[in-house]
Amino acid sequence: MSTTKSEVRPGAYYDSVVLMQLQRKLAALPGVEDAGVVMATPANLELLADSNLLEAAGKAARPEDLLIVVRAASETEASTALSQVDELLKQRSSGGGNQSYRPRSLDAGVRNLPAAEWVLISVPGRYAAKVAHEALDHGKHVFLYSDNVELSDEIALKQRAAELGLLVMGPDCGTAIINGVGLGFANRVRRGPVGLVGASGTGLQALTVGIHNYGGGVSQAIGTGGRDLKAEVGAASMLQGLRYLAADESTKVIVLVSKPPDEQTSARLLTVAQSAGKPVVVAFIGFAAPAEQIGNVHFATGLDSAARIAVALSEDAISPTAVEPRTGYLRGLFAGGTLAYEALNGLQNFLHPLYSNVAIRNSQKLADPLHSQAHTIIDLGEDVFTVGRLHPMMDNDLRLRRLKQESEGPEIGLILLDIVLGEGAHADPASELAPAIEAHCKARPDLEFVALVVGTDDDPQHTSEQIAKLEAAGARIFRETSQAVDYVAARLAVAPSSAAKPLQPFGEPLAAINVGVESFYDSLQAQGAHAVQVDWRPPAGGNESLASILEKMKGK
Amino acid sequence: MVDISKANQQAVSKMMEARPILKGVALAKDVIPDMKPNLLLHAGPPISWERMSGPLRGAVIGALIFEGLARNEAEAVALVEKGEIEFDPCHHHDTVGPMAGVTSSSMMVYIIENETHGNKAYSNLNEGYGKVLRYGAFSEEVIAKLRWMNDSMGPLLAKAIEASGGIDIRALLAESLHMGDEGHNRNKAGSIIYTAKLAPWIAKVAADNEVESEVLKALGDNALSVLNPVMAACKAMSASAHGVEGSTMVTTMARNGTDFGMRVSGLGEQWFTAPAEIPDGLYFPSFTSKDANPDIGDSTITETAGIGAFAMAAAPAIVTFVSGTPQDALNATLEMYEITIAEHSHFTIPQLEFRGTPTGIDIRKVVELGITPRVNTGIAHREAGVGQVGAGLVRPPMKIFEDALVAYAQQYNL
Repeated sequence: MSTTKSEVRPGAYYDSVVLMQLQRKLAALPGVEDAGVVMATPANLELLADSNLLEAAGKAARPEDLLIVVRAASETEASTALSQVDELLKQRSSGGGNQSYRPRSLDAGVRNLPAAEWVLISVPGRYAAKVAHEALDHGKHVFLYSDNVELSDEIALKQRAAELGLLVMGPDCGTAIINGVGLGFANRVRRGPVGLVGASGTGLQALTVGIHNYGGGVSQAIGTGGRDLKAEVGAASMLQGLRYLAADESTKVIVLVSKPPDEQTSARLLTVAQSAGKPVVVAFIGFAAPAEQIGNVHFATGLDSAARIAVALSEDAISPTAVEPRTGYLRGLFAGGTLAYEALNGLQNFLHPLYSNVAIRNSQKLADPLHSQAHTIIDLGEDVFTVGRLHPMMDNDLRLRRLKQESEGPEIGLILLDIVLGEGAHADPASELAPAIEAHCKARPDLEFVALVVGTDDDPQHTSEQIAKLEAAGARIFRETSQAVDYVAARLAVAPSSAAKPLQPFGEPLAAINVGVESFYDSLQAQGAHAVQVDWRPPAGGNESLASILEKMKGK
Repeated sequence: MVDISKANQQAVSKMMEARPILKGVALAKDVIPDMKPNLLLHAGPPISWERMSGPLRGAVIGALIFEGLARNEAEAVALVEKGEIEFDPCHHHDTVGPMAGVTSSSMMVYIIENETHGNKAYSNLNEGYGKVLRYGAFSEEVIAKLRWMNDSMGPLLAKAIEASGGIDIRALLAESLHMGDEGHNRNKAGSIIYTAKLAPWIAKVAADNEVESEVLKALGDNALSVLNPVMAACKAMSASAHGVEGSTMVTTMARNGTDFGMRVSGLGEQWFTAPAEIPDGLYFPSFTSKDANPDIGDSTITETAGIGAFAMAAAPAIVTFVSGTPQDALNATLEMYEITIAEHSHFTIPQLEFRGTPTGIDIRKVVELGITPRVNTGIAHREAGVGQVGAGLVRPPMKIFEDALVAYAQQYNL
């Protein structure tokens, strides 16, 4: 025999929704068969009556009274249920996960955090390019962790980004540190004056750790993704990063880390590096470095040496002397074979294309040693020139004729000669070369002559007299090949013309929208960055035919 | 080639610029286009008697008794089965009705005029709570209440509204959103504003103090008084946005208790339908989800126009429908921003720093993100004659949005 018990709470107002919830909880208690919790309005009383829940106490209640009715298997169970009303009401107010909204689209993410300058993307590769384009649409820099992105998509993304003054790190970029906040995989390192750009995630990690452990600090560590330095992509992101760090006041030293790029890409990179206006440490692991240093560009043999050099330079940074760049091709007319080879080895990193009859790379081979093309370095001591005549160290005739031939070419901008003195050499080479230089300078005032003079004060030709004659004729003199290479590279290397806008500055504190892997969001939060997590799902739930319709609708 | 974004901007702007004014109350047959004695309008997409759910059948029976075409349930059913009665969706006649939405030719209806675009919309009068026709109840007291509404309340409201010169429902809604309403399931504030606005005019035009008192009490006691003019206002707003070439914006969502139906601005009069779902909700004493009928009613017009569940953040008092905390109410609205075209220029939410409500459902975004619109709704008993058993939350089936997207691709040669 079931029992119905009522409780009236005069003047206790609750919203009907609160009451319905309370009622559901009461009805779920042990032994309870039915429950009604209502404000005692006539309509509600009628409702209770229909359910056999209305008894005398309820009938007497007024519309502003709260009426609680419980029908239970026994009187005890009914009373127990009623006694829990307050507890159940309290539970309600403290219950429920207070989860803030997680947007599902990048659009909504951007609306939630308009200040975000970065979008981290780690969705499956086939969707990643689309999301990255959306991020660019919104004017955000992109950290693209996803892999398996088509190369053509990468090229398109980076071209668009460059036009917009935005950066696309990746695809397949795992590491970056922006304004002290690690994106993706990153170590906690001191902030400081060393800025890095790397096509290798672990390379960047090892370098930033090395810099920290040697007492230095990192301004920015920019990732590019492993394919950035491929010829097709042309180091688009690394060039942007390099230019950004060159202009960044908090960066004193720049480090580039990668596997060796192809010739054209490395020439482009090193040329920009050379005009960075601050020391650049190059750590192209496995790259045949031409020297320890050419101008402001330092070549490291590995990650550890790069970290050490960078920290040393950052503590005592010497700003390189600025050399005004000029146009025109180089003609290197060498008497010394090894000197020609060393010049070629250094300059090939900056001048492209560069040809020679003593080519280091196959692509540099001069088709006809008698005719120069583009930038050219010729060893005039090679057999082809010396058959039936004296070596150019003794006889200037061949060089004088070639000098005349080259200086008549309007595309020529700079002629580099070596003057090797000493026993056995010509007794006074300057007496023949200086007048020729002078004459050519008069005829072509825009032509520049650089002479590398190898000799000592004790040599029979009197090195200082030789130098004086050559300088008087208008030549610029260097005593070491590497210095001549520094100068020529700085004069002639043309920084690739770029329509790219300067990168939009990286704001502080860092604010980012993370689309995909949640641990990246957690890590941003832990580092104190402003972050929004987008709960991304494949468009149209992965239904490809619907997704393709949506794609067609996008452009309309 | 169609510029979809532009078309959608145009559609949503029309919807937001529409200014629905409550202009009067009149007999359905005198104002509703193509209304006739043997025609019954119903909520949702088109449906035959055979497929009608319990509450819709109950309301049909009640309406036939009210019209004097049948004396009881058996006669009413016989009449329908003989094919004497025609059925058509309210939406085909510029009309909307809550729940079963059954509207017959002698019923009094509100007249809303959209002063911006000149179109009109209609809705019947709200019966209040308990056993009511809109939930399929048709007992004598239900019919008696309808008669009183038609004979006493309707004519007095007609005079009062006329005397008032019209009531701006858009302004009323904007105000009520700041008072804890979301305009669909919660209309407490709106109904009080409505009553307050009408009261002086009712007092002025009433010939009989007794009737005046009854009408004011009926309006004041009923927290849903204003729901029907609100629905008609939403209908007038969304109808003005229908038929924009190339637009992917939803202009109708409605349920008949069997199917959930939708129409899209740029896709003409075609309905996209799929089986309606059972709302997830809270129940009145002694009822459970086993008693619930699948989703029913034209009141989804409120969500279509950018209020209702879309404005949930404004109505923390009814957050339990979305699971319990005020944050959940905020989340409900934030989610709807993802699938809508605009933020309403007139309806704003204090809790979201006065952001406009998410307005103009874009079928593209619904399909792309897999987020269907949220709908706040009442729950009807599955059997004819019982009435309301609860209230809760429901979402339209994803299929209607997918079908509409495919239809769009065909129509526009994508």
